[in-house]
Amino acid sequence: MTIALETRNLEKSFGGLRVTRDLSLKVMQGARHALIGPNGAGKTTVINQLTGVLTPNSGQILLEGRDITGLSVHRRVLRGLSRTFQINQLYADLTPLETIGLAVSERMGRGGDWWRRMGTRADVNAEIAEILARFHLLDVMTELTSTLPYGKQRLLEIAVAIAAKPRVLLLDEPAAGVPESERHDILAAVAALPRDVTVLLIEHDMDLVFSFADRISVLVNGGLLTEGAPDEVARDQQVRAVYLGEAADV
Amino acid sequence: MTALSDVSTHAMASARWRISEVAFWVLALACAFLFPSRYLIMTDIVRLGLFALSLDLILGYAGIVSLGHAAFFGVGAYSAGLLALHGIITEPVIALVAAGLVAAVLGFLTSFLVIRGVDLTRLMVTLGIALLLEALAERFSDITGGTDGLQGIEMQPILGLFAFDMYGKTGLFYSLIVLFILFLLARRVVHSPFGLSLRAIRNNPLRAAAIGVPVNRRLIAIYTLAAFYAGIAGALFTQTTALASLDVFSFERSADLMLVLVIGGTGYLYGGLIGAVVFKMLQEFFQSITPQYWLFWIGLVLVVIVMVGRARIHRWVLFVPNLIIRQFAGRKAVVAAPESDVS
Repeated sequence: MTIALETRNLEKSFGGLRVTRDLSLKVMQGARHALIGPNGAGKTTVINQLTGVLTPNSGQILLEGRDITGLSVHRRVLRGLSRTFQINQLYADLTPLETIGLAVSERMGRGGDWWRRMGTRADVNAEIAEILARFHLLDVMTELTSTLPYGKQRLLEIAVAIAAKPRVLLLDEPAAGVPESERHDILAAVAALPRDVTVLLIEHDMDLVFSFADRISVLVNGGLLTEGAPDEVARDQQVRAVYLGEAADV
Repeated sequence: MTALSDVSTHAMASARWRISEVAFWVLALACAFLFPSRYLIMTDIVRLGLFALSLDLILGYAGIVSLGHAAFFGVGAYSAGLLALHGIITEPVIALVAAGLVAAVLGFLTSFLVIRGVDLTRLMVTLGIALLLEALAERFSDITGGTDGLQGIEMQPILGLFAFDMYGKTGLFYSLIVLFILFLLARRVVHSPFGLSLRAIRNNPLRAAAIGVPVNRRLIAIYTLAAFYAGIAGALFTQTTALASLDVFSFERSADLMLVLVIGGTGYLYGGLIGAVVFKMLQEFFQSITPQYWLFWIGLVLVVIVMVGRARIHRWVLFVPNLIIRQFAGRKAVVAAPESDVS
């Protein structure tokens, strides 16, 4: 098995506060890997370093064996690393059609085309149609994103990340804030992600983690507490003490 | 597959010409023929419209605020003036493009300062650059003519065929054609994937980068293009008035431009053009009733627009024309959609 995404001795401090401590993480090709931890464990900081929003103080990040620590956000995307956001980061004034269209165009390296009108490339259109259909967004594709129901926005959030055709996808709490009635669609979309895409799930929701992940890493105070298969992690006394103790129902 | 055809139809829908747009340009051309005594002010409006179109490209599409857009207008104006004065390029159209390119080079160089930072930084940096250029133009008065401006510019006929006349007829049609061509180009650009990526950046730069948009490169590109447009507007100013003086760089010029876009609205290309018409008409009107205090009234109008909200005013203004058009073209036709309805 090859390693899809790896961090080596990652360190990040904000002032005197060490938010990532000597973090070495390996995510295997095709894995459904979850990164869990209590509030303030530094999960989002890790994601931001993986995607290039934040630069680590020291340590390395490797994507499929190649060092990407110094690459900018958009270059990592072109290398095949894409993400969703815990809080929707969408384009309020754009429609789902435009949002997905742009993501597909950028991936094909055609996002800078300034002379060609949108919608004139059959290959782009076909892919847009396929993604919109897969995420149940065809019926709302011409509506402004800001007017969509929250559940649809959440689906769009995942669809945009998928439109970049990632080989490694970082899902940051995909079901956060979704009302119970719309939850099913989101979970189904997550479960239906292609198997060849490696997924690193950052999640709070233990039901989702244990139903989805085949491997779990537990982050506490910015450092790795333990790692293993879901049943091992669930049995781990340390984990129960610091983390699962909070959620007594698991 | 119906989903596919739906997607391609809708994807292309925004770029399609609307009846209202055709009507707008026919009306503009008609005005040029109908009011032969008003060539000068109409030329003024066209020039301001082009200048505002330039600001709309960066403000309305890419979300870059600027209080110093006159920098590029001024550089275009002086470039055209110097080219004509020293007989370097005497043919106006070629000189116009050359002046625009000089402004574009300046835009490219200064874009690196502008793309960094937030709105307030951008306001200050753009303002600073314009002030700097104004001071430079004053300092190097042996080149620019200092406070007297460039004197004795003589314009050659356009393409060697159409001489500028004292009534400003040639000047108006020349400006109108330049505006229309540059408008077509801008329209093409904003409806391209590149234009879409700009709107994505304005909406959410974080997400734009997260889907692989090279944010800085796109901003540099549009800033350079906008500088080219502003330079052309400045060059038109010099060519149609045979003047270039320090006030081409003035803060008032940049600030007026913001007013124009506030009046007309941003992000649908016509805002600058409509805003230019309304702004100049208001200016004329207020100047005729209170020559000294017209700025007071402009200020008042501005406050009202911002307080009431442009979208609401648009709806009121468009109510009657839309009613008429619907009688002829059926329920779905819209004369001119308020900016908020244009996607």
